[in-house]
Amino acid sequence: MAQRIDLKDLNVYYGSFLAVADVSMTIEPRSVTAFIGPSGCGKSTLLRTLNRMHEVIPGARVEGKVEMDGVDLYGSDVDAVAVRRQIGMVFQRPNPFPTMSIAENVLAGVRLNNRRIGKDEASELVEKSLQGANLWNEVKDRLDRPGSSLSGGQQQRLCIARAIAVKPQVLLMDEPCSALDPISTLAIEDLMDQLKKDYTIVIVTHNMQQAARVSDRTGFFNIAGTGKPGKLIEMDDTRTMFSTPSEQATEDYISGRFG
Amino acid sequence: MSSTDQQPTRPAPPAGLRALVERRTSRDLAGRLFSATATGAGALILVTLAAVAVFLVVRAWPAMTTPAEELADAISWIPEGTTLLGYVGPLVFGTLLAAVLALALAVPVATGIALFISHYAPRRLASPLGYVVDLLAAIPSVIYGLWGGLWLAPRLLPAWQWLADNLGFIPLFREPASTPPRVIMTVGVVLAVMILPIITAVAREVFLQTPRLHEEAALALGATRWEMVRMAVIPFGRSGLISAAMLGLGRALGETMAVFMILSPGFTYSFELLQAGQHQTIAANIANQFAEANPLGVSALIATGLALFVITLAVNTAARWVVARRKDFSGAN
Ligand SMILES: Nc1ncnc2c1ncn2[C@@H]1O[C@H](COP(=O)(O)OP(=O)(O)O)[C@@H](O)[C@H]1O
Ligand SMILES: [Mg+2]
Repeated sequence: MAQRIDLKDLNVYYGSFLAVADVSMTIEPRSVTAFIGPSGCGKSTLLRTLNRMHEVIPGARVEGKVEMDGVDLYGSDVDAVAVRRQIGMVFQRPNPFPTMSIAENVLAGVRLNNRRIGKDEASELVEKSLQGANLWNEVKDRLDRPGSSLSGGQQQRLCIARAIAVKPQVLLMDEPCSALDPISTLAIEDLMDQLKKDYTIVIVTHNMQQAARVSDRTGFFNIAGTGKPGKLIEMDDTRTMFSTPSEQATEDYISGRFG
Repeated sequence: MSSTDQQPTRPAPPAGLRALVERRTSRDLAGRLFSATATGAGALILVTLAAVAVFLVVRAWPAMTTPAEELADAISWIPEGTTLLGYVGPLVFGTLLAAVLALALAVPVATGIALFISHYAPRRLASPLGYVVDLLAAIPSVIYGLWGGLWLAPRLLPAWQWLADNLGFIPLFREPASTPPRVIMTVGVVLAVMILPIITAVAREVFLQTPRLHEEAALALGATRWEMVRMAVIPFGRSGLISAAMLGLGRALGETMAVFMILSPGFTYSFELLQAGQHQTIAANIANQFAEANPLGVSALIATGLALFVITLAVNTAARWVVARRKDFSGAN
């Protein structure tokens, strides 16, 4: 299910503003890749180019290539909607649909692909996805309650369940724990460790301990100053990045000597 | 109170602190003033509502208590052998029929236009369009009535004839369609045009307030624009849309001039939408009879007004109930 992604000379714009410049990297399948860097350096922007969510913002556009298993996601014959069905996303703030029950939230994406899903099949999928997101035991007695009745951490795991219910190739997470308490954060970090057996995971985080704990590879981004584009400074195995990075800027950022 | 007498007088607070204390009391005063004003305004609304209800009941009382025989004798336009209820009934029916027709025509169109403006039109087009809709909402209904009666109605005739010719086997569209088309269907269309802007304006506001977060949640699952609208925008706007429809329904129920100018009246419980001389609404009937009514006649007309008042209250209560029923799922929490 998991696939590898190659970025080639990617430039990302908001209108005429170049937000991220000249990124080339490889994201390995069945692993967790972390993007770290100071605020505003374009981590979220780059993440959103991977499933073509960037272009839903008026004026936003991309130059360069994003290839999944050799297919350019920005090719003229590729449909953005189809890309998003393959590459799931979890947002910084939990966003379950407030008008849907917990079970309906899990099924939301599935219903888009296949409206005529049977009742048994649906409840099986709800259970499996919620178990996959480590949420089943907490909500199994109230599946028809609104998703917004859950705590923040539970809502975020519901969003993960919703994303994995459609069995995507890749799962993108933009600071999924930044709005959560430490215990919920731990639950989601454990979950990532399980999910990477099946999925390619890319996570944006500005918590370096988190990057060190959960990721296999880490990319460090930086900006020269406000108004300048963000750039990929260095990317390597997480262990190497956190022990012997080859760039001075990376070392400064990781050791907290950043100014 | 003896205990207060024995309490030592408090030492005056130091200057800086005193300023704080004084500020606090003046803010207290502002707060109290505001809550008193708000409570007063709320009470005033309730009192007005009660006053209207009392007025209607008191003035309708003579007609409600007069025996049917005498009533029909005294009022020229109540036929022999008809009770007051028998007189009000068809009017209530006609009022509801016209309003429901208008709503059935207006809500889907208004929703479509509102969605187009909020989620489909390019931004250059969206704001002028929204502005035009707001302008349309500000046009007085009598203007729509004139336009609907004099310009639109004759042009609707071919459509009604087509309906009667092709769907005449359905009792709703029994043929032949009346000429000129002074029928309830025409009224429904004109009322729909009249309530369209207000419903559209409210619905557009509601749809624009859909949180970006939920729209992106849908898009990221691989929803097309329309699927996103169905998953995130419409459910989120549902209660607002109901309120918008109720606003429109209220306007349609009470609309006088347009109906008065278009409809050829009649007093039956008929669902034949293309037949003239079958229906009348309460408001238009009052406008029609009021000038020449004797005191008992006025009382009878006020009784029909009381019925309209009750209907509007009931409609609003029902709308509130529908909205409240799914509050947990509304996204308001
Ligand atoms: N919707 C937007 N429109 C215009 N500029 C944006 C938008 N979102 C982000 N940016 C800009 O793009 C740059 C990168 O932002 P972002 O990707 O959010 O950074 P990060 O996630 O690393 O904090 C910033 O300069 C930000 O101001
Ligand atoms: Mg960000």
